[in-house]
Amino acid sequence: MKPDDFAYFTKYIYDQTGLVLGPDKMYLIESRLAPLARKWNVATIDLLVGQLRSARDPALQRDVVDAMMTNESFFFRDGKPFDQFRQLILPALLQSRAAKKSFRIWCAAASTGQEPYTLAMILKEEAAKLAGWRVDIVGTDISHEALERAKAGIYTQFEVQRGLPITLLVKYFKQQGDKWGIAPEIRSAVQYRSFNLLSEFASLGAFDVIFCRNVLIYFDQKTKGQILDRMAKLMPADGVLYLGGAETVLGVTERFQPMPGQRGIYQVVAPGGAAKAG
Amino acid sequence: MKSFLVVDDSRVIRNVARRILEAFGFKIEEAADGQLALEACKRAMPDGILLDWNMPVMNGIEFLRALRATPGGNAPIVLFCTTETDMTKIQQAIEAGANEYIMKPFDSEIVESKLTQVGLL
Repeated sequence: MKPDDFAYFTKYIYDQTGLVLGPDKMYLIESRLAPLARKWNVATIDLLVGQLRSARDPALQRDVVDAMMTNESFFFRDGKPFDQFRQLILPALLQSRAAKKSFRIWCAAASTGQEPYTLAMILKEEAAKLAGWRVDIVGTDISHEALERAKAGIYTQFEVQRGLPITLLVKYFKQQGDKWGIAPEIRSAVQYRSFNLLSEFASLGAFDVIFCRNVLIYFDQKTKGQILDRMAKLMPADGVLYLGGAETVLGVTERFQPMPGQRGIYQVVAPGGAAKAG
Repeated sequence: MKSFLVVDDSRVIRNVARRILEAFGFKIEEAADGQLALEACKRAMPDGILLDWNMPVMNGIEFLRALRATPGGNAPIVLFCTTETDMTKIQQAIEAGANEYIMKPFDSEIVESKLTQVGLL
């Protein structure tokens, strides 16, 4: 890839998605764009980038953004965050939302659906406590390709064996050839939307819990701060945010603080104030 | 050091499984069929068992039922590891007392994920 094309391409991706691609990502970019060049019947990556620059073709723009996203995801990723959700966050919500009997969860980087479906399965397992409740799970992602897979809810044998207990596979999946399809009642528990984290959040509504795991690592400090600040605005005073194991709010935003004793969970802090006790 | 019994009639699979499990710090014993596995368990119950389904002499499900009926035989954590991917087979295994179920082909990541789920890692 020519230096000029590299500079154009990395700026294009940054402007479109906030994703930071340093010079060390040259190999990654080339390995992701090579299959795309074949798909678009273009002989080289340079020609593909040239077409991106000149043609302003929305389909190509979408494909390029999709190609640069990392969509790796597992059911029950890292385990612990979902134990915490079931044992701590969910009981707290059942108590604090007892009057209105509803709450909303946002998976801000839903990828191919494993995270929102994990939450939907947990809620199904706790269905006895949730009788008469309305729970919204909204899964968003910038990658159209990932969202299409999420909506289909069909996974490979490899995917259903990473993190998913066998008892839940038996309960909530059906064999479809050599793949595994998630049960309609789990699939319909999640609403998917194509969404760019750089855009305005207001259209999504308010959220009691936000899962934003393993996505901020791709952004620069300023973008991370802006995203988290805007998330805080969507949340009630007792809202909770989940980040990935390698992520933190420290030095990024003042609108969240770590929940004492609970790794990976953050509480909303009022603008210029302290977090609600509890 | 926790102990693992690898039960499979294929020497190749036993070797692959041994290498993966040794990397996680387990002490490995091997058995080529259910009968040999049961004898090994009667000598000393392992912490974990990786269990193939289709084997000569005594197959995996027969071994598991016999193991669970043996004094002390409820202690080992049993992970089936088989090419059988039929839902009815998986259910049969769970009913017989399997703790987890790995569908072949498997790799280190899947084994690690399953070992974590059952609390062996």
